[in-house]
Amino acid sequence: MRLKCPLCGERDRREFYYVGDAIALDRPTPDAGDVAWDDYIHNRDNLAGVTRDLWYHESGCSAWLVVTRNTVTHEVLSTALASDVKRGAAK
Amino acid sequence: MAELIAKTPAEGLLPVTAGTMTLTEILPACVTSVAPFKGQEKAASAALKAACGMTMPGPNRATGKDGARAVWMGQGQVFVLGPDAPADLSQYAALTDQSDGWVVMRLHGTGAEDVLARLAPIDLRATVFKRGHTARTTLLHMMMSVTRSGANSFDIMVMRSFAVTAVHDLTIAMKSVAARE
Repeated sequence: MRLKCPLCGERDRREFYYVGDAIALDRPTPDAGDVAWDDYIHNRDNLAGVTRDLWYHESGCSAWLVVTRNTVTHEVLSTALASDVKRGAAK
Repeated sequence: MAELIAKTPAEGLLPVTAGTMTLTEILPACVTSVAPFKGQEKAASAALKAACGMTMPGPNRATGKDGARAVWMGQGQVFVLGPDAPADLSQYAALTDQSDGWVVMRLHGTGAEDVLARLAPIDLRATVFKRGHTARTTLLHMMMSVTRSGANSFDIMVMRSFAVTAVHDLTIAMKSVAARE
């Protein structure tokens, strides 16, 4: 599998580390309640199909990426810098 | 008082020669990590130009020349290799001394591209990886920074603790390429 790092270009999967669901970028407010925090920390869908995950370009530029890909077809649909996503520059 | 003996990162390991290729150690007096504060990228670049003569490189680029070089090292981070730390930048960027923390090597000679083709998973041929281009990638399992410094020259940086392994891997690849010529 190859992922296109927005900074470095297309790179081998070996350069990346999988970090988990991109829900980590949407941290609830401290008073959001138990249900919101339970979903944020524990509940994942584990679906077969399109997922939106965080990847860390550890052997490259050290950027965190948001990667949208299809776990059934292995198609990588889009990649973006997590810092841009967090600031709302890309979604 | 103990008498401490300074050793270079590749002390006793380099130079290495294979065929017409050489691997030598480069010893920048000072290696400084420059990470511009948010919104201060342009000011940091201007300050670096005033202090060292080169601007801050963008992603996958290196600026300057031998003796005073700035190499992009990742998101929001540049290494300045030169005689002095660019202290003037401290108001625009976080400066961290990395001197002696990295081994800097130059792979030179016809076949250098073939050597790196055996070790790095990216295309480093001259048609796509030109002088002044740099990349963060892997040297087998080590994270490295590789910069093209000439038609047949690459500057390679890995963390100092990887020096023995990096020299070993490069030497094996150099000998293998040289044996095929």
